Amino acid sequence: MNVHYHSYDAVVVGAGGAGLRAAIELAGEARTAVLTKLYPTRSHTGAAQGGMCAALANVEEDYWEWHAFDTVKGGDYLGDQDAIDIMCREAIDAVIDLEHFGLPFSRTPQGRIDQRRFGGHTRNHGEAPVRRSCYAADRTGHMILHTLYQRCLAKEVNFFNEFQVFDVLFEGEGANRRAAGVVAYEMATGDLHVFVSKGVLFATGGYGKMFKISSNAHTLTGDGPGVLFKAGIPMEDLEFYQFHPTGIYGFGILLSEAARGEGGILRNSDGERFMERVAPTVKDLAPRDMVSRAIHAEIKAGRGAGPKSDYVYLDLTHLPPEQIDSKLPDITDFVRTYLGIEPKKDPIPIQPTAHYAMGGIPTNVEGEVIVDDQNTVLPGLYAAGECACVSVHGANRLGTNSLLDIVVFGRRGGKAMAEYVKNVGHPDVPKGAEAKVRERIEQLKAGTGSEKVGEIRTTLQESMTLDASVVRTNESLTDARKTVEELKAQYANIKIDDKGEVFNYDLTEAMELGHLLDLAHGLVVGAQARTESRGAHWRDDYPTRNDQNWMKHTLAHLEQDGSIRLSYKQVVAGNYQPMERKY
Amino acid sequence: MTVTESPATPKADKTKELVRVHLRIKRYDPATDTRPHWQEFEVEMSPGDRVLDALHLVKWTQDGTLTFRRSCAHGVCGSDAMVINGENKLACINLIKNIGTDLTIEPIRGLEVIKDLVVDMEPFFAQHRSVMPYLIAHDDPGYKERLQTQEDRDRFDDTTKCILCACCTTSCPIYWANSEYVGPAAIVSAHRFIFDSRDDGAQERLDILNQKSGVFRCKTSFNCTEACPRGIKVTQAIEEVKRAILYDRV
Repeated sequence: MNVHYHSYDAVVVGAGGAGLRAAIELAGEARTAVLTKLYPTRSHTGAAQGGMCAALANVEEDYWEWHAFDTVKGGDYLGDQDAIDIMCREAIDAVIDLEHFGLPFSRTPQGRIDQRRFGGHTRNHGEAPVRRSCYAADRTGHMILHTLYQRCLAKEVNFFNEFQVFDVLFEGEGANRRAAGVVAYEMATGDLHVFVSKGVLFATGGYGKMFKISSNAHTLTGDGPGVLFKAGIPMEDLEFYQFHPTGIYGFGILLSEAARGEGGILRNSDGERFMERVAPTVKDLAPRDMVSRAIHAEIKAGRGAGPKSDYVYLDLTHLPPEQIDSKLPDITDFVRTYLGIEPKKDPIPIQPTAHYAMGGIPTNVEGEVIVDDQNTVLPGLYAAGECACVSVHGANRLGTNSLLDIVVFGRRGGKAMAEYVKNVGHPDVPKGAEAKVRERIEQLKAGTGSEKVGEIRTTLQESMTLDASVVRTNESLTDARKTVEELKAQYANIKIDDKGEVFNYDLTEAMELGHLLDLAHGLVVGAQARTESRGAHWRDDYPTRNDQNWMKHTLAHLEQDGSIRLSYKQVVAGNYQPMERKY
Repeated sequence: MTVTESPATPKADKTKELVRVHLRIKRYDPATDTRPHWQEFEVEMSPGDRVLDALHLVKWTQDGTLTFRRSCAHGVCGSDAMVINGENKLACINLIKNIGTDLTIEPIRGLEVIKDLVVDMEPFFAQHRSVMPYLIAHDDPGYKERLQTQEDRDRFDDTTKCILCACCTTSCPIYWANSEYVGPAAIVSAHRFIFDSRDDGAQERLDILNQKSGVFRCKTSFNCTEACPRGIKVTQAIEEVKRAILYDRV
């Protein structure tokens, strides 16, 4: 195995929206390398559909404070309000920046950026849905990803495509650690690359592939959080995982909330618009946690459709066909492709699908990674996007706020890191920093084990979808925890078929499975401890929110022996006091 | 909703019985093979599943060395372009029940095969970069958005859909014969900016595309348009770029 050494000021790991937005800030300011295990344009930002909220007020009255209120309330009061204020205020400039970068937004008749309704976004603190989401048909994420990539090309950003990061490097020990680089595996050759750098920003996306029914790409395996978890960095709020209400039945492929923003309606097997009962004011545009639970309840009450009574309908049949073609072209194509039905004529079978991690690598509003409940910063280490937890989404993210998060905090993280690297010396990394990774690879290739990666992953996904998704109980979480712990033991004894050097995805999938197992472990342990229901974390055995005991962030620590230890961190309060969450 | 008595059931019902799928895959391992060879596999799966699911079944249950790129699994990331039964397709948007249970799968053509279905994408992305695929605007819009009419926005809507999967470029007979040709995908990327009312770089791009390796290599075979999984009218975009050069008018 060949080893190559590189020296940079800054390394960005991941080239989705957050990584690319950070890279744009770093370009020209610091010697920067952007590492991605894919090609940048393959990143899952490209799958986001509906839009990006910002109180531009292009089509109706709106203020960023209203957006902040909706985000706080949508997150069931677990979000940090200082960060939420920043995100909603900077949203406006973030959208304008993207337009200046060339993003082809859909336009109003006056030629301004058009805006539409989205779940949980309201005028004047909950009065009625508001048109806040800036969009480009139903491929806003695709356009953001491509626009940011285009901008990076114009700025001659230095990409290392198909380089997968397996380890993070530090200088110093314990509390005196500072970031010093990463060890990456080059897919095309199987060589290892040691990137020594003053700053490292992780922007690796989510980990939705721990669930069976998931809107996530196969490659969303929590690589950044997984690597840092193992390196002693705690993970924040892992138990808060969002299930999007409208995944294509059987596939989990996302059908944007924009479908309901444009007037789509959810119906049960009786044809009843059941969201009218659950959220009388905003109805189908209630936040995702509430809608997913409502669907779950309909199915449980026997009002699910289909041979197994296990789905409900998303009904677009009453919308004008030309509106569907111009505003929702891609998602209606997905329905035709995967279900073979025409959404203009027939309602679409849907089920909740694992979608988004509210939790992740704890950071402050500058993207700096924090390592304890005192918000202690680990110098030089940054994270942004879905892999990070600022926390702006609290216990439940509002639709469109993920695209906003990646551009606002990708930019802030990149800017902060560009400043940081100007003021510190080059870290000292001893020769052989790649030894641990090399050993792991050799061990996997030499492995005489018997366990198959695919089987362990399938069991994990089935268990997590069954026992740790929309509705949880102590019993279900006990089952999930037992399964995950057994699978971790089996994982120690895996074997891979491919012993080659070139494009060994058998090997990278094995590494990725390790991340999924650790993060799933943190998720179920945190969820079991949290004896309340808040946002996306619903406990049938504790069906109310308990602010007195639980208005706090979980920090999960992965111990040397593989067990999970929990500690807690205060929520940053602000203008909006907790109240009952009704829509 | 109009139907309540007989609600539509998804035709890709996953509960339907399984079918046997026969795969014939072109394999190549640079460590051991001097040239590619065919290998056959059988898997059982639901007819509503994707070709990509068939490849995963092989990889995860029979032969972990089978190598292919993939990510999103629903046709938006552009990773899994391959030749399926003779045509360039994305493995993740083609269902077994539509394409049949006999599958012949090869890497896309015109780019060097590295391993199994993985080809060297670098030349493709280099060609994409060569057309300056980013907004070039000399005005200073200040802190406001630039205005753009819906008609101006529609002018290049089709070419914004491109996911850089290379299905078009690697279906082009001109590209197979001459890899210097910039190829349909790069022209699509250029078109997206040339016809954007906010962009000032049209002339530079047209000059690039007027070179020997540019648009006039295209002989209008329409392979690219047929291959595009996003339904982009690729040949039409190329024709529009040709006309812009010929008549010096965007």
